[in-house]
Amino acid sequence: MTALADTTVRPQPRTLTARLARLAGRSPTHVILGVIALVWLVPSIGLLITSFRPSADMRATGWWTVLVEPRFTLTNYDRVLEAEGMAQAFLNSVFITVPATILPLLVASMAAFALAWVKFPFRDTTFLIIVALLMVPVQVGFIPLVAGFRESGTGLLTNYGAVWLAHTAYALPFGIFLLRNFFITLPKDLIEAARIDGASNVGIFRTIVVPLSVPAIAAYGIFQFLWVWNDLLMALVYAQRNAIQPMTVKVTQLLGTYATEWSLLAAGAFLIMVVPLVVFFSLQRYFVQGLLAGSVK
Amino acid sequence: MAVATPPAAAAPQPRKAAGGAFSWSVPLFLGPAALLLLGFLIVPTIYSLFLSFNRGRGGEFSNWVGFDNWVRLFTQDPDFLRLGFPPSGALWNNILWIVFYVSLTVFLGLLIAVMATRVRYEAAIKAIVFVPQAIAATSLAIIWRFVYSPDDETGLLNAVLGIGNVGPLSLLGNPDTVNWALIAVGIWGSVGFATVILSAAIKGISTEVLEASRVDGATETQIFWRIIVPMVSLPISVVAVTLVVGVIKLFDLIFVMTDGGPGTASRVIAFNMYQEAFPQGQFGYGATIAIVMLLLLVPIMIFNIRRFRATAVQQ
Repeated sequence: MTALADTTVRPQPRTLTARLARLAGRSPTHVILGVIALVWLVPSIGLLITSFRPSADMRATGWWTVLVEPRFTLTNYDRVLEAEGMAQAFLNSVFITVPATILPLLVASMAAFALAWVKFPFRDTTFLIIVALLMVPVQVGFIPLVAGFRESGTGLLTNYGAVWLAHTAYALPFGIFLLRNFFITLPKDLIEAARIDGASNVGIFRTIVVPLSVPAIAAYGIFQFLWVWNDLLMALVYAQRNAIQPMTVKVTQLLGTYATEWSLLAAGAFLIMVVPLVVFFSLQRYFVQGLLAGSVK
Repeated sequence: MAVATPPAAAAPQPRKAAGGAFSWSVPLFLGPAALLLLGFLIVPTIYSLFLSFNRGRGGEFSNWVGFDNWVRLFTQDPDFLRLGFPPSGALWNNILWIVFYVSLTVFLGLLIAVMATRVRYEAAIKAIVFVPQAIAATSLAIIWRFVYSPDDETGLLNAVLGIGNVGPLSLLGNPDTVNWALIAVGIWGSVGFATVILSAAIKGISTEVLEASRVDGATETQIFWRIIVPMVSLPISVVAVTLVVGVIKLFDLIFVMTDGGPGTASRVIAFNMYQEAFPQGQFGYGATIAIVMLLLLVPIMIFNIRRFRATAVQQ
């Protein structure tokens, strides 16, 4: 590029030499990005291939040998789903995740509306408390809540109650924060006009704020859905019965039993990934928005 | 708003709407959130703080022990912190994570973001590095346990090293290498996050500035360190803070990849908290570690409150 620094070329660096220089200057970029793409793709592809290989092959040769002798089977998925109970665990993941996404969406958007558009004493202080609660780790709740649930005799730890409530509560600070910051950007005139026309707060929330905030609510919904679906720790603590545990817990149990049965573990790992990957590739735009907004959590 | 208000007749209605009178809708809208936050975050936090002064073995909270848990945690628990050379323990491992994982994730994220802007397949490369963000840490851990497998007929890494007659190595089985192997996986999982956020920031730098410095003879390395890095320093700090918070809460990856081992070599604070509280049943000690986690997050809490106090009052 320095060769181009003489006055005649500077205004228009589109000569042949300029193009060659740029190409030469860029090829390291392509090489480095190519290596990065490989490092990020190959580990996952290796496990995906392994999940479809007969376990005898898996024990004998590396997954990369499928390039020369491809041999695939669905046995691993069959075995992990039926004999190892991943089918039930998949349903459990759904039973845990759906309410633990809808509940915080509802509760957080209501609270966010009040913080954005209804005046009440100490409103700013309340919002700052929410901001502070963003940083409270789930761990501080574990012992009081588990002890409390046990003593309450409600069986919440062995039905889905505890895991729903805990996920909902710990999702709220982020949800309220995100949605309140979105709601206050809605046009003030619109909401004031509705008030003058006699609309109630409930009416304004339902007919104006929620419909106009679909992108933000969707971004938060996807973020929360993936958060709960992918979670292991909260499920370990709050879902204390085998029959209700999600796939993440089930796979760690498989790992304890079959530490080197890679074809089985690979199938289990991919079953967890299927739903998030579908969500990711179909709703990428909302997903990235949610993530960008999530950078305060 | 007051400008648009007609005088006399309509006056009471907008005044109420503007917040003069108490509205019953406030408890309706805030009630559920307030109850959940009080019951599940605020009260349990205070209760955990009390329990950190209790033995609390197996959920029996009758034995108040003063500062025993705290003294034990910082002076007699080598799994939590062992000073010496080199230091070890969960807290030390978290420090290693913060220093190496955070800095390398930010650096690689920035590098990929900058390089990606110059190629036509920018969207594809960003999507590729971003995918681990969508994956459960449990799956990510299995992907990498498989890559690190000490058997060179199974593990990709040892197969590659085998070509150069190195190994086979058991990176996860050796206390000297396990934390570095885990940090590498952490970086692999988080670079996409840094790339996407920093890429958006880089797009905001005017091309004129970059072109002008190129014309003035600046090398690409100089442009990277002297123009791009300073101009995106705010998003860099946001990414770094987010990653630090992630390190303090780090659990799933360690639990699935090494279960804190070999021995206790790869434990982190959140792992110790779970381990002491649940399998061991030491509720008082577990509560103490939970409060330590909270205390580590307090500076970030204060930082956030300062950052958002302005916006809260503005409205």
